[in-house]
Amino acid sequence: MRFLIRLLLLFSPGLMASVCSAAEAPRAVLTAAILAKDEARKIELITSLAGEADDAIKPLLTAWKEDGLFLYQPSADVAPVPVQLTGEKDANDTQAALRVDSGRPLLDAAGKPVRLAAGDLTAVEHDADLRHAMKDVLDLLDLSTPDVAKRIQAIQAIGFAQDVGKIPALEKRLGLEANADARRSLREAVAVTRLKDSSETAKLAALKELRELHSLSSYDLIRTAMRDAEAARQTEIAVAARSALKAIDAHKSKINFYGTLFRGLSLGSILLIVAIGLAITFGLMGVINMAHGEMIAIGAYTTYLVENIFGEGLVIPCFGFSLSIPGIHATGWFYQSYFFVALPLSFLTAALVGIGLERSIIRFLYRRPLESLLATWGVSLLLQQGLKLMFGSNNVQVNSPVYLSGNWTVDDITFGWNRIFVIGFAALIVFGVWLILTKTPLGLLIRAVMQNRNMASCMGVRTERVNMLTFGLGSGLAGLAGAFISQIGNVGPSLGQNYIVDCFMTVVVGGVGNLAGTLYSALGIGLVDQSLQQILLNPVLGKILVLVAIILFLQWRPSGLFVTRSRNLDD
Amino acid sequence: MSSLSTRHKAELIAVGLIALFFIVIFPLLNAHGLVSDFTINLWGKYLCYALLAISVDLLWGYTGLLSLGQALFFSLGGYMMGMYLMRMIGDLGQYHKPIPDFLVFLGWTELPKFWKPFDSFPFAFSLILLLPGLLALVFGFLAFRSRIKGVYFSILTQALTYGASLMFFRNDMLMGGNNGFTDFKFILGHDLRQPATQRGLFIVTAVVLLLVYASLRLLSHTKFGLVQRAIRDGENRVLFSGYATAHFKLFIFVVAALIASIGGALYVPQVGIINPSEMTPDKSLEAVVWCAVGGRGTLVGPILGAIGVNSLKSWASRAAPDYWLVILGGLFVVVVLLLPGGIVSIPARLKAFAQRFRRPPEVAAVAAAPAPTPVVSESKPSV
Repeated sequence: MRFLIRLLLLFSPGLMASVCSAAEAPRAVLTAAILAKDEARKIELITSLAGEADDAIKPLLTAWKEDGLFLYQPSADVAPVPVQLTGEKDANDTQAALRVDSGRPLLDAAGKPVRLAAGDLTAVEHDADLRHAMKDVLDLLDLSTPDVAKRIQAIQAIGFAQDVGKIPALEKRLGLEANADARRSLREAVAVTRLKDSSETAKLAALKELRELHSLSSYDLIRTAMRDAEAARQTEIAVAARSALKAIDAHKSKINFYGTLFRGLSLGSILLIVAIGLAITFGLMGVINMAHGEMIAIGAYTTYLVENIFGEGLVIPCFGFSLSIPGIHATGWFYQSYFFVALPLSFLTAALVGIGLERSIIRFLYRRPLESLLATWGVSLLLQQGLKLMFGSNNVQVNSPVYLSGNWTVDDITFGWNRIFVIGFAALIVFGVWLILTKTPLGLLIRAVMQNRNMASCMGVRTERVNMLTFGLGSGLAGLAGAFISQIGNVGPSLGQNYIVDCFMTVVVGGVGNLAGTLYSALGIGLVDQSLQQILLNPVLGKILVLVAIILFLQWRPSGLFVTRSRNLDD
Repeated sequence: MSSLSTRHKAELIAVGLIALFFIVIFPLLNAHGLVSDFTINLWGKYLCYALLAISVDLLWGYTGLLSLGQALFFSLGGYMMGMYLMRMIGDLGQYHKPIPDFLVFLGWTELPKFWKPFDSFPFAFSLILLLPGLLALVFGFLAFRSRIKGVYFSILTQALTYGASLMFFRNDMLMGGNNGFTDFKFILGHDLRQPATQRGLFIVTAVVLLLVYASLRLLSHTKFGLVQRAIRDGENRVLFSGYATAHFKLFIFVVAALIASIGGALYVPQVGIINPSEMTPDKSLEAVVWCAVGGRGTLVGPILGAIGVNSLKSWASRAAPDYWLVILGGLFVVVVLLLPGGIVSIPARLKAFAQRFRRPPEVAAVAAAPAPTPVVSESKPSV
C-alpha cells in the first residue's frame, strides 16, 4: 500500500502538494521549496522552517547550500524528484540517492534502490537571497535542538548578538518552548535584543522585563543602553535602565550571600568531618596525634584504590616493586556505586592503622602529651614517605561518581552535589558519633575511661582495650573524611598536611573534650573563612585572618567555646 | 662541693678547647687549604642550626614550652638579613636594575618604601633583633596572659608559623614570594663568593654560638634559671609561691626568639638563599628533633643534636634521598620512646647499666635506693 502511494507521489506533484499541506513535515516543506517555481515562494517556504524541531533540516539545508541536492528526472514527462547523494562513490562515480521528501532511498519502478552519479544530474539551484534565508533558518535551528543545555546556549548567543530581525523567530520558539530554563533564556534574549529596537516603548518594556528577570548576563548590555539613552537624553529609558541595573545588583548580592552561606556550610562540614576524629583522639583521649592528617590521606588513597579496582585496575610503584592490581572493569551503576564500598573500607583501613599506632607507640605516652606530639609527628613523616613510596609522589585523581559530580542551580545559585552530599554526610557522621558515644555500651566505657581512667580501671573496665578502640574510632573517622576529600580535590601523599592545622584549630576553638563545640566551631570557622574570602577576594589573606582571629579568640576564651569544667588546676 | 667545682673546671677547659678549635684552628686550617671551603661552609650552616636548636631547648628543655614557632623567628632574622643583602646586589642582578630582580619581575620600577632603609646594615641589624623580638613579645604576652600552655601553646605557635608562611608565599607581600631571596653578592663590602668572607662568617657564627652558650650557662645557674626549671616541673607551685610565671616565660620566649633570629641572620649569607619553606611548622619540628636527639635540658645536647642530625641529613640526602624522611621520622619515634635524654644521656645510662652488673646482687638492691637516675639531674623534664 505504502509503495503504491509512493509511486503515486512520484508521478503526481499535485497530490504531493496536498499531502504536504496536510502534514507540514519539514522534509515536505523543503521539497516544495525546491520544486517551487517562484523565488518569493521558495523564500517563504524556507523561512517557515525557522524554529522547527527536526534533525533533517540542518543537513538538508547545508547540503543545498553546498550543491549536495540534485533533481532526478529520468524523462522529461515526469516531474523531477529532489534527491540527496550520500555515501561512498563506487567505480562508476555513483552514490546512493536519498529522497529529500522522505529520507528513504530512491527506488526505481522495480523497487530497487537507484544509484546515481552527480555529474549526470542537475544540482538544485540557489542564489544569494535563498542562501541568506537558509542561513537565518540554520541560525535559529539550534533554538530547537532537543538538548536543553545546547538550546539555552544557542538562545543566549542569539540574544547577545542583539539582531532585531531575530525577534520573531525567538518569539515563535517561546510559544513552543516547554522547558522553564529555556523559556527564561528566551525571554531574556528577546528583551536584550529589544534594547536595540528603535521604538522607545519597546525598549522600556524590554528593560522592565530584564529587571523582572534580574538577568545577570545582560548587565553590561543594559549599561551600554543606559549610556546611549543618557547621551540621547531619553530620561525615561535611562531611569528604567538604572532601576534594572539596581535590581540585578541586588540579585547579585543575594546570590553572593547565599553562595557564601552554602560554601561556608560545606567548608564547615569538611572541617567537621576531618576534625571529628581528632575531637575524639585529642579531645577525649588527650593524645596529640600529628599523624591524623595521614589517616585522612590513607582514607583518600583507599578510595582511590577501590575506584581503580572497580574500573580498569592500576599499577603502583609499591616500594620499588611495580605492583599491578587488576580491575573488575565494572560499568554503569555498579561502577558508580564504588563510593559506597570505599566508605567503609576507608574507615576500616584508617582504623586498623590507627590501632596499630596506638598499640605500638601511643600507649606508652598517655601521660606525656608533648612527647606524643613529637612521636606522632615522626609517625606522620614515616607514613607520608610510605605513601609516597607506595603510590608515587605525584597527586592522583579520583573520578567522582556521577551522583557527586553534577550541580544544581536554583535562582542562579549553584549547589554542587558533592558539597550537598558532604553537608548531609557530616550531619550523619555527627549523629552516628553521638549515638555511639551516648547510646552504646562502648560509648559508656569510652566516656568512663576518658573521665577517670583509674577509677574505670578499678571498676573492671579494660581500659587498654577501650583506649585502643577509641583511638581506632577516631582514626577511622579521619579515614572517612579522606574518602570525601578525595571527591573534592586531588589526592597526594602530603594531603593530610593541608588539613592538620585546621583540624587542631577547629578542636581547640570548639573546646577540647566537647563534640558539640567541635560542631559549632567547624561551622563557624567555615562561614567566617568563606565570608572573608568573599569580602577580600583573596583566599590566602582570608585564611591568615582566620588564624589571627582564632588566636585572638583564644585570648578571650582560652579553653574554647565550650569549657569542660573540672576542679583540676592543670586541666 | 669541691667535686662540683672540678667538674666546672673540666667543663670550662673542654668548652674552651672546642671553642679554640672552631674559632681559631678550623679557619686557619681552611686558610691553608687543609679544610675545604665546602666543609667550612657546611659547618657554618650546622652552627647556625645549633643556635636554632639552643633556642628550642631554652624553651622546651628548660621551661617546658614546646614552641613550634622557632623556625618563624629563624627565618624572620634570615629575611631581614636577606633584605639587606638584596640591596647590596645593586644593579648587578639579572635585569641590571637598581631594584631587586623579583620586583622588576613583578613590574615595579621603583623601590617600595619599606625596602628603602635596608640599604643600611645597622638598620637591618636592629630589625633582625627588633622584629622577631616584638612579635615574640606580643604573641607571648597574649598567650601567657591567658595561660595557654602545654600542647595548646604548641598548636598556637604552629598556627602562627603556618599563617606567616602563607603570608610570605604571597607575591604581593613583596618579599620574593615562593622563591624568596637569592643571588646575594656582597656583605659589608666583602664579596660573598670569596672563601675569606665565608671564613669570616664562620668565625662570627662560632663566636656568637660561644657567647650564647656562655650566657645561657650563666643564666641557668642563677636564681632565674632555677625558677625557669621550676616552671617546667610544676608551674602551679611556682605561681602559688608568688612568682609571676607569665613574666618569666615571656622573657624566655623573647630571648629564644632573638637567638633563633640571629641564627637565621647568620644562616642566610652562608647558605645564599632564604625562602618561605624555611618558615613552616615542619622546620620547627625538625629543630625539635635535633634538640631531642642531642638531649634536651642541657646546653651541649642541642648543639650536638643539630650537628649530628644535619650531618646525617647531608649524608642521607646523597646516599638515600627517598629515605631521609623515614630516617628522620624513625629517629623521632625512637628517641621519644627509648632515649628521652638524647645522646648526652648515653654515658650516664651506660654507667648505670654497667653498675648493675658490676656489683653483687644484694649490694645492688641497696644501691638501688638512692637511684642512679639515667638522666643527669638538671635535665629531667617532666613533660
